[in-house]
Amino acid sequence: MNRISEFAIGLLFGWGLLISGMTDPGKVIGFLDLAGTWDPSLAFVMGGGVLVGLFGFTVAKKRTRSLLGSAMHLPTSRDIDRRLVLGSLTFGAGWGLAGFCPGPGIVAMGAGESKAALFVVAMIAGMLVFEVVDRRAKARAARGAGA
Amino acid sequence: MNIDWTHFTPWTALAGGILLGIASAAFILVNGRVLGISGILGGLLVPKRSDASWRVFFLLGMLLAPATLSLLAPGLISAPRIEAGTVAIVVAGLLVGLGTRYGSGCTSGHGVCGLSRLSPRSLVATMAFMASGFATVYVIRHLI
Repeated sequence: MNRISEFAIGLLFGWGLLISGMTDPGKVIGFLDLAGTWDPSLAFVMGGGVLVGLFGFTVAKKRTRSLLGSAMHLPTSRDIDRRLVLGSLTFGAGWGLAGFCPGPGIVAMGAGESKAALFVVAMIAGMLVFEVVDRRAKARAARGAGA
Repeated sequence: MNIDWTHFTPWTALAGGILLGIASAAFILVNGRVLGISGILGGLLVPKRSDASWRVFFLLGMLLAPATLSLLAPGLISAPRIEAGTVAIVVAGLLVGLGTRYGSGCTSGHGVCGLSRLSPRSLVATMAFMASGFATVYVIRHLI
């Protein structure tokens, strides 16, 4: 049941990205280009998403189990630190450069766009770099704490 | 500020956004998980086998979204306009991969879900990646 639901929600989310225009980098860059002729559409995407999301998460916060009985994996971190800000600034630079963020990149790859596939491969490489660097940093910190 | 009326699509943007909200609400309520794409994909890159299958099924759904939607409602999909060249695409992918993992989220996890949870942390992240996106496009389109 869990697997069916995960698949179906992934499909629905992909449809949302396609219908909203998020999978079109031209539209994303049209939104990010405040100094040119500005296309405000993506503000409506975010508005619609958050409007519905607010209801969902308000209910979710009160629950101890999901409807399928699993634990609620709500984020616990509240730190507003350098990692969060520098990481997000880095992400935004890549988003503005190509007009793809992770979800739309994956969906456009599914549509057979070769440039989207290249973007996803490079994105996975970037994530792997993070894993290696982060694991080393954590190992170093652990050694430092143990000494 | 000049509005680009020819490309402005408030209704499909709102409809698509509502679908993203429904999917995000369903994921936390039904499966107990936050719908954040960079986290779902990034979690596959750590060796932890018990945690992999839900991620794979979710991503499989996303990959099949274009084919299924074009069967159901072909008129709803607009052809993507990709201006960036190969080098820019690769650099962008690296930045997005690295940045979303350091910042613990992207447009879905921090943007849609984080703002819906009223998380100050996600609000800061969202403002940071939006500001950086605006600045990057300004540099590319108007300075270079």
